[in-house]
Amino acid sequence: MERMELSQDLGRDVLAMAKAKGASAGDVVMADSESFFVTVRMGEVEKISQAGEKRLGLRLFFGNSSASASTSDISKKSVEKLVDDTVRMAKVTAQDPQGGLPSETELARELPQLDLLDDAARAVSVDQKIQIALDTEKSALEFDARITNSEGAEFSNQFGRVIYVSSHGFAGEYSGSTFGHSVSPVAKHDGAMQRDYWYSSNRKFAKLESSKHVGEKAAQRVLRRLGGRKVKTCEVPIVFDPDMAASLLRNLASAINGYSLYKGASFLAGKLNTRIGSELLNVIDDGTIPGALGSRPFDAEGLPIRKKSVVEEGELKTYLLDTYSGKKLGMTSTGNASRSVGEPPGVSPANFYLVPGNDSPEQIIGSVKNGLYVTEMIGFGVNMVTGDYSRGAAGMWIENGELAFPVEEITIAGNLKEMFQNLEMVANDLEMRGRIAAPTVMISRMTVAGD
Amino acid sequence: MTKDNLPAAFFNDNFGIRTSDFDKVLDAALGKKADYADLFFEYRRNEGVSLEEGLVKNCSQSTANGVGVRVLAEAKTGYAYTDDITIENLEIAARTAQYIAHNRPSQVPAPVGQAHREAHDLYPIRTPVNDVALEKKVDLLYEIDKFTRALDPRIKNVFASIGAEYKVILIASSQGMVVGDIQPLTRLNVTCIVEENGNRQIGSFGGGGRVEFGFFVDNKDYERYAREAVRQAVLNLSAVDAPAGTMDVVLGPGWPGILLHEAIGHGLEGDFNRKKTSAFSDRIGQKVASELCTVIDDGTMPSRRGSINVDDEGTPTTRTVLIEKGVLKGYLQDKLNAGLMKMPLTGNGRRESYAHIPMPRMTNTFMLAGDSAPDEILRSVKKGLYAVSFGGGQVDITSGKFVFSASEAYLVEDGQVTKPVKGATLIGNGPDVLTRVSMVGSDLKLDEGVGTCGKDGQSVPVGVGLPTIRIDGLTVGGTAA
Repeated sequence: MERMELSQDLGRDVLAMAKAKGASAGDVVMADSESFFVTVRMGEVEKISQAGEKRLGLRLFFGNSSASASTSDISKKSVEKLVDDTVRMAKVTAQDPQGGLPSETELARELPQLDLLDDAARAVSVDQKIQIALDTEKSALEFDARITNSEGAEFSNQFGRVIYVSSHGFAGEYSGSTFGHSVSPVAKHDGAMQRDYWYSSNRKFAKLESSKHVGEKAAQRVLRRLGGRKVKTCEVPIVFDPDMAASLLRNLASAINGYSLYKGASFLAGKLNTRIGSELLNVIDDGTIPGALGSRPFDAEGLPIRKKSVVEEGELKTYLLDTYSGKKLGMTSTGNASRSVGEPPGVSPANFYLVPGNDSPEQIIGSVKNGLYVTEMIGFGVNMVTGDYSRGAAGMWIENGELAFPVEEITIAGNLKEMFQNLEMVANDLEMRGRIAAPTVMISRMTVAGD
Repeated sequence: MTKDNLPAAFFNDNFGIRTSDFDKVLDAALGKKADYADLFFEYRRNEGVSLEEGLVKNCSQSTANGVGVRVLAEAKTGYAYTDDITIENLEIAARTAQYIAHNRPSQVPAPVGQAHREAHDLYPIRTPVNDVALEKKVDLLYEIDKFTRALDPRIKNVFASIGAEYKVILIASSQGMVVGDIQPLTRLNVTCIVEENGNRQIGSFGGGGRVEFGFFVDNKDYERYAREAVRQAVLNLSAVDAPAGTMDVVLGPGWPGILLHEAIGHGLEGDFNRKKTSAFSDRIGQKVASELCTVIDDGTMPSRRGSINVDDEGTPTTRTVLIEKGVLKGYLQDKLNAGLMKMPLTGNGRRESYAHIPMPRMTNTFMLAGDSAPDEILRSVKKGLYAVSFGGGQVDITSGKFVFSASEAYLVEDGQVTKPVKGATLIGNGPDVLTRVSMVGSDLKLDEGVGTCGKDGQSVPVGVGLPTIRIDGLTVGGTAA
């Protein structure tokens, strides 16, 4: 079967074919990627995987009804079938008055250069990549004699391209890359075993943190968990390390997602322009940061990306919306459309972060007489409709402002509505390690369940 | 043509791939130094139809096909895949995967296990749900919407969806095995949001399996799903704060079997045990549960979501006793780990797709029934929690700590089930929790067929099952003192 290359022209051809079959509007999302990973364990290469993939997704409208389809088989025959299938499906879906593409006037006109691709790093050899993973693991294993085993270290990279073409004239594309390495050392002491993890990821190969740094940090994290115990059930202040604090921001992002809001499935429905948190809750969504993991020159409907203040001194200033969820709420898109190839748009934040405060993390821990420093959480105990929150946790107990001993097999519980109001301290240690990031924070009271 | 070579014929017809070409590619993959190589061809069609606000707004379909080439050299795995299935691409992928064996000094092939079992035919389906007329699925969703909304005036919104997958796989190995399977899978979900005096609650229920469309409609099972979703949502309107602290917990039958999946099952997967990073490493033959507990993983249960005729390495699935009367009996294995640990293959080598490397994974994991009557178990509890339904769970394999989140639970006071409580996370220690099982009910039930397990970024469909059990002392993560 003759395979075709992905291109803006192919997108226009597909939309023309659909138009000939009666479609009134449509858009095409195409993506191709090359990905690689290597895992090493105990100094030996364990797995290497390398691949290339392509996908083409089509969404069609017949008036206000729509359907979507995608294929990895980019041949003429397969693409023709894709158009026919999409036409057939769109004819049985309901007319939805809010359905449709964004208006032409909203489309992004100038696409910013966001420096998302590290083309030069294509030259990094497989042997170099293996060496990074080996060095990262070695750095963790050699850090302390109690680190006796490893779940392995990994190096991965991906080069990808996204092309978006819509029937009302938008055509754009961008390429990007990501690189990452990580290690999961295992430490043993007095018959008990613990595992922890650390990582670095970046769009630029040269900006990855060193193997030494990532390995040592993972080692420190696993060592401090040794000897963990339960504590008595109590209500105390909780300090979240930056990655755990970022998970609270992830909860916030999904609570202000337009789709959850119009469905009535969010505890923040109807809370726009009201106080949802303490005055330390200042949140920004910014897809225009050059080189950042969540940046993109246009959103998944071809709309421009902006920097916006989401929460200011505790007041919710904007929801995160695409065209459809915006219309459902009587608002306009905030440029947060995102989608998988072949799916209708959804909403996601770009680079979403909690604005740092003035205190150091040490000052925050130092201010707590008796409380918990959380470094890991497991489980899915967050109810987005009510905000009820209950998750498994591990970390360090704080006594008189000092990290005293490791704790595990406990839960922390509360309600996100109250947790945001009870945000009492925000540290100055923000680092954009992922698309959603936060500095160390302290929430004044939550229930810790243990013995 | 026999059913057995349908997958081979499928890839021949659609991609011009002949089984006679495999040897050449596998030879290239093996090179001079590797122990084993295999090819995994996959064609997959997924369809989703969903309703919200009384409208079927979305239909989507995706088609994916590709092939993965895997090379094993002792503990090393080389893998390459492509979504463009041609012999030329296969040969390129084979050479890429071969890279893993390059720097290998020894040339003595390590043994990679091979199972000699009859293949099954666990889901003989005439019409996969993907091929049922779209109009019928759309009509069913409208019917569900109408039925659900009529159940309670407090219902604010109803969401219903049908998902269907049709997957054809073909596996060829350097041991000369060529085996295929056709794996249909479907699922129906109903979710509703209710509101009373500004208090909003959500309830969700669904079911499915490797079954035909009739599974949902012949006995109107969708009505049962709808009633359950509404009942759970309404129940939560009056739920009180969950207790916090350690107490006796009774788990209801069926889906609470997720306890076994998280607390036990993952820790018994071969990879973690070979690397000795599991809390269960080196514990075969030891007592890890109370004598009342026998835990099984069984990939051969007809039509179930977690069942497969052969695993994704071509090994026929089987029934594996993990724990027998409290004693640890076995691990779940794929070829790589079974070979290195010199243990039998169990048919648990699974992968999400051609883009993924197989790993030991569970199929349907459950505990055998005991002797106690379920109400006798509840009556035995002075003060505790009765948990009937759960959301998701997670485990830290190495420390053994696991959690799972109750979506329907009640207080038990003096042997009586009293108030419903809000969702709470239960946390425990895997190697320890089953030693605290003091009663096992006679009412083993399997889940409805909606489970998906994630490991290392790969999702596969699974099943769980449990009779009513009593656990003495488990930490409940609520907020009420």
